[in-house]
Order: sequence, then C-alpha cells, then structure tokens
Amino acid sequence: MIEFQDVSFVHQNGVIALDRVSVKIEAGETVAIVGENGAGKTTLVKHVTGLLKPSTGSVLVDGIDTRASSTAALSRKVGVAFQNPDHQLFSESVEEEMAFALRNFGFTAELVENRVSWGLRLFGLEEYRKSSPLVLSGGEKKRLTLACIMAWDPDVVILDEPTVGQDAIQKEKLTGTIRMLGSTGKTVIVVSHDIEFLWPIQPRVVVMKEGRILGDGPASRLMQERELLSSARVAQPQLVAFYQALDPRPKDPFVDPLEARRWVAGRAEIT
Amino acid sequence: MANILEIEGLSFRYPDSTRKAVVDFHLAVPEGEIVVLAGPSGCGKSTLLRAVNGLIPHMYSGEYSGDVRVGGASVKSSTMTDLAQRVGFLFQNPENQIFMFTVERDIAFGLENLGVPRPEIRSRVDEAMGLLGIGELALRAPYELSDGQKQRVALAGVLAMRPRLVILDEPTSLLDPKTAAELVGIVAKLRLDLGMTFLVVEHRLDLLVKLADRLVVMNEGKKVLEGTPREVLFGGEAEAYGVSVPAVTKVQKLLASDGLVREDELLSAQELAAAVRSAEA
Repeated sequence: MIEFQDVSFVHQNGVIALDRVSVKIEAGETVAIVGENGAGKTTLVKHVTGLLKPSTGSVLVDGIDTRASSTAALSRKVGVAFQNPDHQLFSESVEEEMAFALRNFGFTAELVENRVSWGLRLFGLEEYRKSSPLVLSGGEKKRLTLACIMAWDPDVVILDEPTVGQDAIQKEKLTGTIRMLGSTGKTVIVVSHDIEFLWPIQPRVVVMKEGRILGDGPASRLMQERELLSSARVAQPQLVAFYQALDPRPKDPFVDPLEARRWVAGRAEIT
Repeated sequence: MANILEIEGLSFRYPDSTRKAVVDFHLAVPEGEIVVLAGPSGCGKSTLLRAVNGLIPHMYSGEYSGDVRVGGASVKSSTMTDLAQRVGFLFQNPENQIFMFTVERDIAFGLENLGVPRPEIRSRVDEAMGLLGIGELALRAPYELSDGQKQRVALAGVLAMRPRLVILDEPTSLLDPKTAAELVGIVAKLRLDLGMTFLVVEHRLDLLVKLADRLVVMNEGKKVLEGTPREVLFGGEAEAYGVSVPAVTKVQKLLASDGLVREDELLSAQELAAAVRSAEA
C-alpha cells in the first residue's frame, strides 16, 4: 500500500529530516511510529500524504509515485489527523467542518448528511453539531478532526498524536476505533509518544531516530528491546517492564492487566 | 504549613453557557505540595485553572461566586500584575508562550513588563536558566530548539517571576517519554529546593503518581474524588471519571486482591516484580 524507497528529505536550511528511509507498509496493517521529538515521524507521514515530496528516493502510495500525483488526488486515499487540530479546522460549524471534504469529493447531499451524523455519533460530538469548532476543548477538536477523516472513508488513516488531551474513556474509544479500522482492512498509521496507549493495540512498531529507522517489528518483540528503546528515547510499556523484571526469557508478554494476573497465578503453580 | 491556595465554594458560569463550568468547588493546598488535577475532557479543569491565575474573573466575564485566594490574597481583588508574580502558568504547547528572538530575551519578557531594574532581570534570568540547565541556550533562537528545550525555556520564563504557585497544563503531552520524565524530575527538584507548589493538570499519570501528594478528580464542574494517588487509584471509581490508571497499578490492585502483594503504597513495575518474587519465595 505504501512504500518508501531509499527516501531522504532535506529541509531548506540543510537539516536532514529523513535519511535514506526504506519501509513497506501492506494494506490492512496497523503501524505505530515512535521516537523522540524531532526524530522525523511527522515528516515521514507528510510524505505519505504528498504534503512533502522526497529530496531523493521515492514514495509510492497504492502504486502511485507521490511526485507524480497531486496532494488533492492523494487525499481521497489518505486521511490525516494532524497533531495540532487548529491547523485543520476552519469552518463556521462542526457539521460544516465535517461536510467540507465530503462535498469536495462530490458525495450526494444525502450521503453527506448520513456520514456527518455517523461521525458525530461515533466521536460523541452530536451536542456540538451547530457550534463553532473554536468553542470545543482541545480534546474535542482532536476528535472532530478524526471524525472528519473517518467520514470520507480513506484507505489509509494517519493519526498524529491522537491521544493528546484525551481522557482514559476517550482513549479507550480510540483504541476501539483503531481496532475497528484494522479489522475492516484499512491501513492505519499512528504516530504517538503514548506507549501505554499503543501497547494493547499490539501494532507493528517502527522506531525512528534522527531521520532513520532504528527498529521495525511487532510490538511484542520490539518493546522488549530495552537498549534500542532507550537509545531512541522511547519508554517501555509498564506491563513489559514488569514482565521482563520477572522473566527475562523472550516470549510474548501480556497485553492487559488481567492477563498479567493469570500469568502470575500460573507461575505460583509451577514454582 | 500555611495554605498557598484556597478555593472556597467557587462556582462559575460563562455568559453563553446554560450550565456552570465549575460548581461549588473547594480545595486547600498547603505550600510545597504537588497536586494533580484530573478528570474527563470538558469537566471544568481549564476553567478552574483560569480562576486561579486570575484570567477569571479579570479577562473572562461570567457569573462568579465563592472565593479563590493565592497566598492569602483574593484573586478577585488582586490586579493581574500582582497575580502574574504569584502564579506561574505553563501552557500545554510552549509555542504559545515563547516568541522573542533569543532565549534570554524571552525569559526576561515578563520581568521587563513589570519594570524590574536591569541588573535584577539579569540575575533572575541567569538563575532561572541555571535551575533548568539551559544556560548554553541563552543566545539561541527559540524556534531552533527541540520541543523539550522549548518547554524548558517557557518554564524558565515562568520561574524568573519567582511565583510561589506554578500551574502546569498537561506539561508532558507533547513530549517524548524520556523528555517528559526529565520535566517531572525538574518539578521534583524545584519543590525540594525552593518549596514551590505545583498544580498539574495531567491525563498521563504514570510519571506523576509517585511524586504527587494529592490527586483531585473533577467531573461536571465538581470535585468528585480527592486523596493520595494511592487512595484515588485503588479506590475503584477513578476510571469511571476518565482517569488513566497506570497499567502497573491495575496489576498491583489485582495481585493485592489475590493476597500476593501489599497495597499500602504505589509500586513501579520493578518494585511490583520484586514484591511478586518475594511473595513466591
């Protein structure tokens, strides 16, 4: 679905933001991109949307070279919720905000209405339907940008720091949404510092540092590699730290607290 | 110890809203405490913070009752200039509060506005940079800095005003875990060395639970839970109010109910593993 072939990106001031990155993401995969501030995570996803074009190398989305495609054409395939929702909200009302892209894509009025209602319900924003997006709280704005993207049903959904400003209940809903997207065959890319949020989702994890890919593999394996995580300034999920402190053998650690309890009980029987 | 912050029966309703954002809220914070404020989005946390730093009622009009006192003086009858020196405020996104051409000019900005004499500004800016270990950034342009560095510059600007109470609004949400842990370390040091009081709004509790003296949970404008982080997180109600109970705390609670580990204090992943091992031995 998405392929980076030896991609480098150099800013105008000479700073190398991506350094010979090669990575392939299959359709239907859920991939988390982690790494310290400034590691190149957001630059990477901007290449998928075509907002940035590689200085060298190439990026293919669904077989199309992003340099040969317009950002508008790519946006039908790739939906992105940016880190700062203020960068993408501009309409008079929440429902107008949601309808904007749908109308641009030429959806019928009936379909627009159905999709808007569905999205507002999914993200708990119905009461704000007629309100200006500007009166929403930070967390609500963030959810609105997600609702806007889901509404046009792109094949690739990119979420840049989706949990900022979200409480535990909203985070759990977001986990459910990401799982739902994955099970319906969407390709999902999540950029996040929130390791505790990512862990139960068990995504494929791409670890970045200084514009390069330092590690790539399933969460259950990569999150056990302490040295790799530490050099990328990525924290280890608490459950993995607990697991490793008790049992250093590399197996699949538990994904939730209940599993942890059963595992500890199982140990007691063996010993 | 004397209370640095006293909120007595505070209620506030914005003019364009039908319901109150904060309802009959009481809180007393002794000097030197670290208090974490949590609760679902839209629960009134930001409104409460505005009532402490004086934006409410000085900048936002609305229906106000009750009283908020910082260092014994009522916020309502204090001037913003006065409050700016008593309450420091660090925004979630440091880019909202740093804007000068060099780091040291940025840190000096608040003091210059207060008309503090030049030599005094110099020494306070140096002191703030020293506290946060950013002396070598003094002449750099803020926009060239990393997010963690920007956060420190913004905090230095706050500290230069020498406030006794500092409010941090989701200070770690934009930071990578290591940088976030470093910021929490700075908070611990400032409390220890200078006796500063912190009121921290945070959803991500994993870093703060070991440090905080108290956890206050709000819902629909009201205070619904208050206690030590251990009391609140083990209490069982916190999750219903959108508080992220750290994964390792959930495991500790489950294992404690199985009689395997104790629950008189919150344990880290390593401490919990050690407790399990000693229970097995």
